[in-house]
Amino acid sequence: MSAATLLAPDVTAPLINYFAYLFDGENWRWASSSIPARLLEHVAYTLVTLLISAAVALPVGLFIGHTNRGAFLAINIGNAGRALPTFGLLSLMVALIGIGTLPVLVALVVLAVPPILSATYAGIRSVDPSAVQAAVGMGMRPTQVLFKAEVPMALPLISSGLRSALLQVCATATVAAYVGFGGLGRFLIDGLSTNDYAQVFAGALLVAVLAIALDLLSAGAQHAVVSPGVRARADRGGRRTSSSAARSTGRTHPHPQAPTAGTPRQRPNERPTP
Amino acid sequence: MIDYVTANRSVILEALAQHVWLSLLPVLVGAALALPVGYLGVRYPRFYQPIVNLGGLIYSIPSLALFLMLPAVLGLQVLDPLNVVAALALYTFALLTRTVADALLSVQGQATQAAYALGYRPVRQLLGVELPMALPVMLAGLRVATVSNISLVSVSAFLGVTSLGSLFTRGLQLDFLEPIAVGIVLSVLLAAAADTCIVLLQRRLTPWARVSTR
Amino acid sequence: MITFDKVTKAFPGGAVAVDELSVELPTGQITVFVGPSGCGKTTSLRMINRTIEPSSGTISIDGEDVTSQDAALLRRRIGYVIQNAGLFPHRTIEDNIATVPMLNGVGKKQARQEAVQLLTRVGLDESMARRYPAQLSGGQQQRVGVARALAADPPVMLMDEPFSAVDPIVRDSLQKEFLRLQSELGKTIAFVTHDIDEAIKLGDNVAVLRVGGRLAQFGTPRDLLDNPADEFVADFVGRDRGFRALSFLTAEHLEVEPVSAYADRGRGVRLVLDDGGAPQGWAVNGDARLRALPSTFVAGDSLRLVTDLAITSPAGAAVRVDQHGVADGVVAHEAVARHLTAHRQQGQQGQQGQQGQQGRG
Repeated sequence: MSAATLLAPDVTAPLINYFAYLFDGENWRWASSSIPARLLEHVAYTLVTLLISAAVALPVGLFIGHTNRGAFLAINIGNAGRALPTFGLLSLMVALIGIGTLPVLVALVVLAVPPILSATYAGIRSVDPSAVQAAVGMGMRPTQVLFKAEVPMALPLISSGLRSALLQVCATATVAAYVGFGGLGRFLIDGLSTNDYAQVFAGALLVAVLAIALDLLSAGAQHAVVSPGVRARADRGGRRTSSSAARSTGRTHPHPQAPTAGTPRQRPNERPTP
Repeated sequence: MIDYVTANRSVILEALAQHVWLSLLPVLVGAALALPVGYLGVRYPRFYQPIVNLGGLIYSIPSLALFLMLPAVLGLQVLDPLNVVAALALYTFALLTRTVADALLSVQGQATQAAYALGYRPVRQLLGVELPMALPVMLAGLRVATVSNISLVSVSAFLGVTSLGSLFTRGLQLDFLEPIAVGIVLSVLLAAAADTCIVLLQRRLTPWARVSTR
Repeated sequence: MITFDKVTKAFPGGAVAVDELSVELPTGQITVFVGPSGCGKTTSLRMINRTIEPSSGTISIDGEDVTSQDAALLRRRIGYVIQNAGLFPHRTIEDNIATVPMLNGVGKKQARQEAVQLLTRVGLDESMARRYPAQLSGGQQQRVGVARALAADPPVMLMDEPFSAVDPIVRDSLQKEFLRLQSELGKTIAFVTHDIDEAIKLGDNVAVLRVGGRLAQFGTPRDLLDNPADEFVADFVGRDRGFRALSFLTAEHLEVEPVSAYADRGRGVRLVLDDGGAPQGWAVNGDARLRALPSTFVAGDSLRLVTDLAITSPAGAAVRVDQHGVADGVVAHEAVARHLTAHRQQGQQGQQGQQGQQGRG
């Protein structure tokens, strides 16, 4: 291992080495294992997995939230998912299915479904029943009640769940490099196996920056789609019940994703409500 | 599976023991740091948003990346288990600061005003009224942090640090299902046990919560 | 006209919420369903727009059975106001109000324009149109709830405890404005409340329901107070129903003494006026302090208010003012008592025929 062993005054010397791989222009030139290619790969895998997971989890979560049938499942799947070690699940899938993209995708979907599902359920359940009663009473049809009233009101929680899953998938995809998966995790695994800590460090930094960037972008997307009317309410409600929200939507593995990161960027001009 | 367990008892037990302290020590460290910082966010409201944002930022960094960046920052060997402890303590801290702040904010109201009116001094009011009232929310946060720490530790097997995660790498290298299954089961059981302990602790500490919720 | 014909609602498990209810809600009037909790008043209301379906019996609006129509389309023709307003938090005020017109296919722009006009109609400022419900007070939200129900100009309105979640002062002003609005619009309104005072104040007709969903009495508020059908109604209306009934008498025919004359009659008190003639308070002989006036009344106010003022006044008299706030007369409580005695004698003569038939206990 080439890791620095001293936190000495000349700490700058090893620091230059850490960034050697990252700042080597050669690694940025387009090639199958270059930084841009791995980055793209990572983003692509992450988004595809998120789409599949959302396609599974959103309808189920909406159904359970709307009918309250199977609520037990929706509540506990989030807790169970959090306790499941991601790396263990990945290994298990590989051991069962074999090396390849499929076992990794399966594992990633299995990990991303619970936060979306339980957040969607919790979101729909959190909707003010009197607003739903009013929606029905004014003559909305069942699908209109769901998509014009319940979903928009549940959107703060639903989108937090999606963001949790996004970070979850992005982080687990990194770990998946261990079982031959592509993406930025390759720099970590390949660097570790060749004792090239500069490569490891570059990979780790890129993963961290990517995750933060994805989180900020998704925060922007959330801000754009969630009505300001429920955003203010969610911030207030979120403060009061943040931990129950964390329990229902949060899962943390392998990066502890943040239900808290869900609504952190409260606008300073958000006006207090009477 | 039973054969595997009996044949490799000592390896499994060592992995489990390592797993326990690698996951629980960071909870203690992180919580100890989160309490004062979270309080800071309540006492001085202008710190609230920066604290929340910092927590969100730390929280969004994937664990493997953090495990592997810390050696450069802390000047440790990659193999050093302290990297894992530090990384998980950071996550716990990031999660709990906001929880602590929100929990304390959530109890501001009639009871704290009553305490003030009854003549509590600030420190006594914090320790005697606000903290106990905020405890259920804070312990709920602690449960999330503890459970996720336990499942995160496995990732440190990449670094060569021994934990239940070592059973996963071992299973993958040998193309052998049993160590993987044993590792998953033990990790989940450990998480469930730790969670139950905190729930029991919460019952002990907040008898009133049970009365009012059920 | 909304007609309930032997309507029964039994919930799964056997609980009967409404039992063979037959009642007619006249067109253009406010009919209030009132009763203790569990009397089925809300269930009755919600069966009109079919958010609850009756187990048996029929409800018809202007002769047309509600169950013969598409439920969603039926509901869009019936305004619906509920407790806490039930506004959509994710929509601006104008879009909340425009909900039903937009469901009916009215263009967004037009629906919003009409919504803004409705805002002023319910006494809110147009500047609120772009706000979200969370930025409004409870009373303001309730006004928006009424505006939303009015948006498609439905002939029928259902109101389920619309004013019960706001404080008494706000409730009072909402009730007054609601009556003003109704005098302009003349909707057929079914109104649910648990508050008998509200029922008496707002209802053209009141249906008192007892627990188990049976009709105890249907009649005008006056009927209820003067002739409660049985002990349950008498009890529900309250022990002070006699005093409450004074709400229906105006203060017009009371003996009013001139302000100056009242002081002269050796009572030891004097009404102090300011330069413009507005009353300031009572001066009691031998005391430099001015005793505050509880309030004043105008010619059209109810006898209930005048009686209350006369009783609570330190001088034992209520002060009348004209529309400019200038004191123009004083009513002593003895005068109120004389007036009541005269009124009762009149009433007994007029009602003797009925009393025998009703034979209430």
